Amino acid sequence: MSEAAAVQSTGYNFAYLDEQTKRMIRRAILKAIAVPGYQVPFASREMPLPFGWGTGGIQVTAAIIGADDRLKVIDQGADDTTNAVSIRRFFARTAGVATTTRTTDATLIQTRHRVPETPLGPHQILVYQVPIPEPLRWLEAREAETRRMHGLADYGVMHVKLYEDIAQHGRIATGYDYPVQVGQRYIMAPSPIPKFDNPKMDRCPALQLFGAGREKRIYAVPPHTPVKSLDFEDHPFSVETWSKRCSLCGAGDSYLDEVIMDDTGRRMFVCSDTDYCAERRAAGHRGEGDGA
Amino acid sequence: MIDKTSRDGLAPGFRSPVPDAQQTFRRLMDAFARPGTIVDLAAELAPPTSLMPAAAAVLLTLADLDTPVWLDPRLGGEAAGYLAFHCGCAFVEPLDQATFGVLVDGTDVRCLDGFAVGDADFPDRSATVVIQVDGLRADGGVRLNGPGIDGQAMLQVDGLDARFWTFQAGNRMLFPLGIDVVFASGRQLAALPRGIAAMAG
Amino acid sequence: MYVAVKGGERAIDNAHRLLAEARRGDSQTPELSLAQIDQQLALAVDRVMTEGSVYDRELAALAIKQARGDLIEAIFLLRAYRTTLPRLAVSSPIDTGRMTVRRRISATFKDLPGGQVLGPTFDYTHRLLDFALAAGGGGTEPVATQPGDAAPAEGMPKVASLLDAEGLIEQEAPDAEDASVGDLTREPLEFPADRDLRLQNLARGDEGFLLALAYSTQRGFGRNHPFAGEIRMGEVEIEIVPPELGFPVVIGEVTLTECEMVNQFKGSKTEPPQFTRGYGLACGEAERKAMAMALVDRSLRAEELGEEATAPAQDEEFVLMHSDNVEASGFLQHLKLPHYVDFQAELVMVRQMRAQAGAAGDTTDE
Repeated sequence: MSEAAAVQSTGYNFAYLDEQTKRMIRRAILKAIAVPGYQVPFASREMPLPFGWGTGGIQVTAAIIGADDRLKVIDQGADDTTNAVSIRRFFARTAGVATTTRTTDATLIQTRHRVPETPLGPHQILVYQVPIPEPLRWLEAREAETRRMHGLADYGVMHVKLYEDIAQHGRIATGYDYPVQVGQRYIMAPSPIPKFDNPKMDRCPALQLFGAGREKRIYAVPPHTPVKSLDFEDHPFSVETWSKRCSLCGAGDSYLDEVIMDDTGRRMFVCSDTDYCAERRAAGHRGEGDGA
Repeated sequence: MIDKTSRDGLAPGFRSPVPDAQQTFRRLMDAFARPGTIVDLAAELAPPTSLMPAAAAVLLTLADLDTPVWLDPRLGGEAAGYLAFHCGCAFVEPLDQATFGVLVDGTDVRCLDGFAVGDADFPDRSATVVIQVDGLRADGGVRLNGPGIDGQAMLQVDGLDARFWTFQAGNRMLFPLGIDVVFASGRQLAALPRGIAAMAG
Repeated sequence: MYVAVKGGERAIDNAHRLLAEARRGDSQTPELSLAQIDQQLALAVDRVMTEGSVYDRELAALAIKQARGDLIEAIFLLRAYRTTLPRLAVSSPIDTGRMTVRRRISATFKDLPGGQVLGPTFDYTHRLLDFALAAGGGGTEPVATQPGDAAPAEGMPKVASLLDAEGLIEQEAPDAEDASVGDLTREPLEFPADRDLRLQNLARGDEGFLLALAYSTQRGFGRNHPFAGEIRMGEVEIEIVPPELGFPVVIGEVTLTECEMVNQFKGSKTEPPQFTRGYGLACGEAERKAMAMALVDRSLRAEELGEEATAPAQDEEFVLMHSDNVEASGFLQHLKLPHYVDFQAELVMVRQMRAQAGAAGDTTDE
């Protein structure tokens, strides 16, 4: 659908937002790229989807998307979860852009809670939906305080918290939204991706943008930028591992969802990244549970 | 009626404002995300002669009534009238009040010290300055490294005061504060965000 | 197998159809018109306009109809629509002193110039279900116009100005004519926030949240000794000054409810004992909202007035960051979205920690 046709069918501007709002978001994105990991405040708008359901990611996507983009939207790694479907439809309707479920075909990927398994390339942009952009929020509730901590790079409170975890549990007890440090300066929330995905952010060739609509913040990690998951020398960062493989495609290197099969608690494990799983099966890979 | 007369002499802005701004932005964003990358303007644009198309496109894409602009007086009234009409932006004289600055050429960059660099709590409240230059090439000049660059990148900027690189060394020391620079040459753009180190090739 | 997340598109389509059906209800029952909602559920329309930040009765009525009467959902619809509206002009400050008053009461003076005008109020009604209304009756006789009713307010000075004349209430100097007024829908809030932004936030804030906060101050959590100095409701003209004309032009009128609370203040090192103010303003007839807003506004001035801020209602960041029901409702309800990736991460972590703890236990047993 052409831009004009999209406008005609919805009565709204291309990609919903008016041009003044797009300019405001675009300015924020450039500052976010110039200061990697710093949360740029922006005048987030009320979108036709609820706050907490991806409005930050949607506004970032709406400000950058063009007619020649091919958009992929995932939630929990899957293209067919209801919220991913809803957001993909929103852009198909308001921007008339092509959509895809194939990671390699997408120029723009909006995600909630996962980084795709297939490595991203320099022609791609990953837009994260972020509920709570402030990594220090659970340690200090006040914005005025956390802003000052970032300003002074005063991150002692975070290191104390992680150290207490180790003292109490023998490990850092954070499984998702695991804090990272970007380019040796800002501590940043990677959004609630499992820590399994953190290493994919490090020196990623794709531009990574983060939008928090309700909290009104945009931040970014430029391509090839070091992203270090916080740890200690004697307790290095490590990711989740499974003893199982994907029941459908047999993958042993992907993040697995646990699916409960029946009321006796039998369970199977399948790739969370539905495209990765489908591509592997198309290439002939099979898991033990396939055809069950 | 008065408006009509003044508009008759005015050069047109983007032909298709929505897609032209989007395309310009995407290329500019690419330039910011990958310093050293030289991007070509996609949109057709014929601004007043003192303004290069690439510089005009940056402002048409980003500036509006919310962003005070500082214009190099040497750009002249026609350029100011063009931007005032198409962006609706207000112009300011004190450098430190400007969100955007435009330098007519790179021969004298001493004014760069006057632009806002943000503060520790809000490093984003800093200026973005467009400097018009004679040419941009990726096969010589200074060696760049920093966020967005895989190892290192080369950038040759023709017609740029050598003092600029001294300025940028100081600008980078301010990180996360500092101004962000965009070089415009004809229909080409390259960006130099504050955190980029530049060393003699 | 693995069907839990499949079929998203069809499921959404079906849910939308079910919603449309549920919205309409029994088709034997006549459908509501927007005019009926506007006229007969007028206070719902007022609330949606106030918290939705758009003064348009018809759109608010449409939002209420579409939201099946869920007012927070209706506010959300109106806000999302507001996002797409261009900003054409900024009006001159309204002058509620020139309101065409339909209701005006003061609790601080028995009588005052212009008198007390009760207007249409639930006050003093006995809350007895009126079965005549259920029977479709309830037609009313037209009310004989009282002398003070719908009077332009020249004869109704603001109560605050009466106190002001005696120097008993804090001075409130108007901003310079060209001073800019903040707009938190254009610039994100930062802390500390100025009073213009605080008031805008409260005006858009959830009525229930403000009511509870205001109530908490009355029960001792940051008490500020309020008196309802004046509450007035009526029509006020909106003017803009087009730059090409250079003089004000009336573009319409709106119904507003304004509340000025008068609060006791013991004085500080620099200020003598005097009364202070809390201010509330809402679209339409929204007295509870305006009063609650005025109490919370006064509470949030604690720091400015040198009071010790100890209670939730005095905590600017707490109040302003949690007052918006569109934000709050969205984030609360996002818990319905799938979180199984994060939950899986937690499962793996808890299992590992339990295994480790179990292993430690085994060692001790040996």
